Amino acid sequence: MRKLILAVVLLAIFALMPLAADLLGQNALQTLSARILIYAMAAASLNLILGYGGMVSFGHAAYFGVGAYVVGILYSHWMSEVPIFGLFPGSNQLLITLPAAMLLSGFAALVIGALSLRTGGIQFIMITLAFAQMIFFLFVSLTAYGGEDGIIIRRSNEVPGLNMRDKTTVYYVILVVAVLYFAWMWRVVNSSFGQVLKGIRQNERRMEAMGIATFRYKLYAFVLAGMGAGLAGALMANFLRFTSPDMMHWTKSGELIIMVILGGLGTFFGPILGAAAFLILEFYLADWTEHWQLGLGIILLFVVLFTKGGILGMIDRLRGGRQ
Amino acid sequence: MTEILRIEGLQKRFGGLVATDNVTLDVHTGEIHALIGPNGAGKSTLINQLCGELRQDDGMIHLAGRDISHMAAPDRVDLGLGRTFQVTSLLEEFTVRENVGLAVQARDGGNFRVFDNVAGRKSVWEETAHLLSGSLLDDRRDARVADLSHGEKKQLELIMALATQPRLLLLDEPMAGLGHVETGQMIETLRGLHGEVSMLLVEHDMEAVFALADRISVLVYGQIIMTGTADEVRGDPRVREAYLGTEDA
Ligand SMILES: Nc1ncnc2c1ncn2[C@@H]1O[C@H](COP(=O)(O)OP(=O)(O)O)[C@@H](O)[C@H]1O
Ligand SMILES: [Mg+2]
Repeated sequence: MRKLILAVVLLAIFALMPLAADLLGQNALQTLSARILIYAMAAASLNLILGYGGMVSFGHAAYFGVGAYVVGILYSHWMSEVPIFGLFPGSNQLLITLPAAMLLSGFAALVIGALSLRTGGIQFIMITLAFAQMIFFLFVSLTAYGGEDGIIIRRSNEVPGLNMRDKTTVYYVILVVAVLYFAWMWRVVNSSFGQVLKGIRQNERRMEAMGIATFRYKLYAFVLAGMGAGLAGALMANFLRFTSPDMMHWTKSGELIIMVILGGLGTFFGPILGAAAFLILEFYLADWTEHWQLGLGIILLFVVLFTKGGILGMIDRLRGGRQ
Repeated sequence: MTEILRIEGLQKRFGGLVATDNVTLDVHTGEIHALIGPNGAGKSTLINQLCGELRQDDGMIHLAGRDISHMAAPDRVDLGLGRTFQVTSLLEEFTVRENVGLAVQARDGGNFRVFDNVAGRKSVWEETAHLLSGSLLDDRRDARVADLSHGEKKQLELIMALATQPRLLLLDEPMAGLGHVETGQMIETLRGLHGEVSMLLVEHDMEAVFALADRISVLVYGQIIMTGTADEVRGDPRVREAYLGTEDA
């Protein structure tokens, strides 16, 4: 019940944001809100493996970047009318580019996961980081697609019946995708698979003794998480109308981890609150001082040291304290 | 089929130490076969090879006539091999009910389903309730495992293993660290299962072993020095020297 109320409140805030931004004459608020939605999805996908599954992947921005590049590359081939590898035509249709982005980022996660999930602990962190950096440098060196400068997408992908030149329309498309994604995530974390995943985080050895070959389940979660990040990246490319290797830099992976921890590991709403807190802090602190990351660092330290379970944990305890 | 488990010439070295030294042993269907031996004799190492957590250097393991020597641990569970851990190994954040429920679910299947509602899997939760209803943990089913006493965790270990519906149970010191009353309860629980499930029981508590076991094997320095009934083991001078002498004196 509490969760339902929180969901409705969050949905109302995001749905009314364009109106509020208009009334306040603060267009930047709509942009901020869209970025929060997109990063919330990326953070939620990471939370599936990090928070629910206990896999500390330090390369999650790679899938975000791959998703963004799928949109960028499909767009540039659609513009030039040259098929990719002489085989596939480009596309500027969102209903094609989003599934394509999920497919390719999922495939990247399948390969990287298969090669790294046999390890654990620090080794796993370093291997996922190394693979993500390899993908980063691959795109930096791809001069055909802009190299370091990335790809400029002159127009957001089209959706039949919608005017995607209107920023507010794009905003609502992002919101709809985010709502669908979180509805899907709700199912996953409460499913049979979700239960197995939570078990694996707590005690992998016990799960094996129950007859669960944990590797397959971890890989499945890893691929689902990669697809989610790819979806978010594809939306980001549409929103920014731009994609570059910066989107998959290791610092982006770090930011996603921070969002998940900030919001509350392994909680459903944590990634949304974490992404919101992170981006709002960045928005206001960056205005105020160029050393905003120092401020962020201090706040993060506070959260980790003094709140158990991030922002959600803090709210829970404040409520508990009052009763 | 008279034997559920047959071990032949099993061998395991840790560097220079031979932890399992040419062990040959069988467990008859329906029997409780106890494995005793001093600390460091290699009992846990043997159990871990049987369940597939450790890989033997040499030798063969047959479960119900099937060679499982090179099978992964989860596949052996599917074939009916259940185990408990000497040091309890449970899902600490889950409740008792969630622990047992997940063990039932794991066996029942559908573990890759992402669109179902696990709380609504009626047969899983009914079986969970059934497993708990006869047990000492029935009124603790909503307690988090982290909040259980040591004795309760030992009970839960056993119920989790039973949830996988094993044909053979490997029990690694199920009474270790239990008080007198709790030990008595555990003996009763195991006696209730006698005949239904075959067991290889590693145990330090001699009273428990003599009360439960159909046959006893004695492991010393990785070797089986004898197998026999309780009376035969009690009377054997080698056993007294190697083991009972130091305990009973
Ligand atoms: N993973 C391991 N690596 C090296 N030595 C081990 C390992 N596991 C157990 N041992 C050694 O093997 C011997 C048997 O241990 P164990 O099987 O735990 O004995 P028991 O369960 O009979 O007390 C001991 O000497 C122990 O130190
Ligand atoms: Mg032992």
